[in-house]
Amino acid sequence: MRRHLLSIDDLSRDDIERILGRAESFAEVSGREIKKVPTLRGRTVINLFYEASTRTSSSFELAAKRLSADLVSVKSSGSSVDKGESLKDTVQTLSAYDPAAIVIRSPHAGAAALVARWTRASVINAGDGKHEHPTQALLDVYTLARRVGSLAGLRVWIVGDVMHSRVARSGILAFSRMGCEVTVCGPPTLIPRGIESLGCRVRTTLDELPEADVVYALRMQHERMDGSFVPSLREYAAQYQIDGRRLRPNQLLMHPGPVNRGVELAAEVIDSPQALIVEQVESGVVVRMAVLYELLAGHGAPSGVRAQPATEPQPA
Amino acid sequence: MRRPPELDRAPVPAATVLIRGARVLDPRTAIDGRADVLVRDGVVADIGEALDPPQGAEVVDGEGLHAFPAFVDPHVHLRTPGREDEEDLDSGTRAAAAGGFCAILAQPNTAPVVDSAPILRSLRERARAEARIPTGFLGAITVGQLGEQLTEMAELADAGAVAFTDDGLPVRSGGVMRQALQYQRLAGRLLALHEEDSSLSGQGAMHEGEVSALLGLAGIPSISESAQVARDCAIAAYEQGRIHVQHVSALETVEVIERARAAGTRVTCEATPHHLLLTDEAVSSLDTNFKMNPPLRGEPDRQALIQALRSGTVDCVATDHAPHAREEKEQPFELAPMGVTGLETAFAALHTGLVLPGVLDLALLVERMTAGGQPFGLPVPRIERGAPGNVCLVDLDAEWEVGESGYESRSANCAFAGRRMTGRVRMTIADGAVAYRERTFALGAVA
Repeated sequence: MRRHLLSIDDLSRDDIERILGRAESFAEVSGREIKKVPTLRGRTVINLFYEASTRTSSSFELAAKRLSADLVSVKSSGSSVDKGESLKDTVQTLSAYDPAAIVIRSPHAGAAALVARWTRASVINAGDGKHEHPTQALLDVYTLARRVGSLAGLRVWIVGDVMHSRVARSGILAFSRMGCEVTVCGPPTLIPRGIESLGCRVRTTLDELPEADVVYALRMQHERMDGSFVPSLREYAAQYQIDGRRLRPNQLLMHPGPVNRGVELAAEVIDSPQALIVEQVESGVVVRMAVLYELLAGHGAPSGVRAQPATEPQPA
Repeated sequence: MRRPPELDRAPVPAATVLIRGARVLDPRTAIDGRADVLVRDGVVADIGEALDPPQGAEVVDGEGLHAFPAFVDPHVHLRTPGREDEEDLDSGTRAAAAGGFCAILAQPNTAPVVDSAPILRSLRERARAEARIPTGFLGAITVGQLGEQLTEMAELADAGAVAFTDDGLPVRSGGVMRQALQYQRLAGRLLALHEEDSSLSGQGAMHEGEVSALLGLAGIPSISESAQVARDCAIAAYEQGRIHVQHVSALETVEVIERARAAGTRVTCEATPHHLLLTDEAVSSLDTNFKMNPPLRGEPDRQALIQALRSGTVDCVATDHAPHAREEKEQPFELAPMGVTGLETAFAALHTGLVLPGVLDLALLVERMTAGGQPFGLPVPRIERGAPGNVCLVDLDAEWEVGESGYESRSANCAFAGRRMTGRVRMTIADGAVAYRERTFALGAVA
């Protein structure tokens, strides 16, 4: 595994399975009364969030703390970012504290890759624009694997606003890598041209949804309503909402949260035993612990030795 | 009848140079062979064998080098006035001369926009003090490039505007475009058009295709360009006007222009080295030096452009040299400004990427690189007796890495940065004066 986690593309199936196994062992620790392990004692993890986030930022914080790392959380509001500091200067400033890892969430594609050029720390992409959200995909795979065992041959339908979803992009890559057959489905205005090249099928109606083993609903963001991508939330719900009629009893339901009740999901399916939504949130902490462990202490980073950059940061 | 457009440059003494033994290639005069070229008092005085240098002439050893008519670039951004930190008239024209250009045309999307005669006059005055090669200036089509009110095009033409463009932005309204084409009958200058339907481009940051789908970047579809070109060809035909389509990028656009021409519409167009050589695959790296508008498109588009350059549908090569400050390009891809530099690499890149692999004939490349002024009514550089001395001396075997020794431009946002090139300009004579000599290229002996 590489020094950074920027994209699911960076991971082989073996890498993913190793992370899942590691997460499994951390899940065992999480069941204890004392949930901490000393692995990252004395090392620093910086959470740099340029976008609002509850699940991702809090689970990364908990993950770092349970590994005994020192944690600094920087949010764009209330920091020097507010004063117009560039990403590069912010990263170089934070790098002066010699962090072992920087976790970055940005509204812009490629931000994590840029940060990786400017720091000696390991960089974890916690969401870059509409590009990728690899730790979300890993926790999704982990959650699903815990429920069903092997993912090979599972038919996964990702339904909703695929165009604006980094969860969808990382999900397509991760589920396919684990041997799933992925279909994306949504309004034609919200399916990006060329998405098939990621290795998925495209559908614009739910007619064939019964074939799915797993229905992964995406969040329909209210702010997308302005661009006339769909005529109304009402029309969207009528065509694409996953409800008790559309979800078959043998199908599992996933969602990255936060859910818009009554839009992409009907209340009855959210609360059904088929839904893995709460398990997804629970998995967030152990999977992120596993990612931090893999990058900072695991495979490729011998304990006690600080990971050195494969290449010097470029004097960009 | 208005006077033909004039270009400006700083006063320089007329050169007397004898280039000895270079292979002289001018596709228009059908010279292609080893010869001496004598430029006396700025004018090509003789071409022949074993010419005698006049008293005081500089004698340049052209052995192993090629002498071409120097190139003309109809599309550069000199960022002056307003962003002299990115480029100024001195650095921009130095970069052009280093690329073998003897004339360039600067776009008016500066701060302030070149949309009135006083601004144009002061800019021309500055060019007469700073520009190292003849430089022409385009005026804006609409005031402030806002797309609403036509500029005083007749007065601007009298003040020396070579043509009109709102480059950087399309003329959104078909009605305004029609008025500009009607008014062209009075102003008498070409309209050079940045063609894009902004509502189709949206927030796009790159070409819409598989790569944008993978990266999650909003795409700029090819139809954003081709639909607008179709509209403007239709209006130009209706008003019997003349338009020049800037930086053609899409296969669909090439088809639209071919159809319009076949129907008799007076439309010319240009293509850039980066669109002829690179595709959206390069954007996978999210390197902001691959971000420009129009964006790098797919391989079928690139092939269509090459074919159009060969057939003459694309009249000329233009660099769309667009310098940007380092801190502006050192941002996430979506935030970085559009545009890349290209003056210093244009010939070398096309020679390396198209001529050496046998895709394009060397003579045809020289023809397309010297044709940039033609649609604008400017003279085409020639190597023939009595013509103004416009010659570039090129070592077609020299290998170099782009950026290895910096740039003449004040900006470094070159799409070819770090690439190996074969072919290097050693010397440029622009309108009778030596405008550039490569630092390692020895001064000629004085006779």
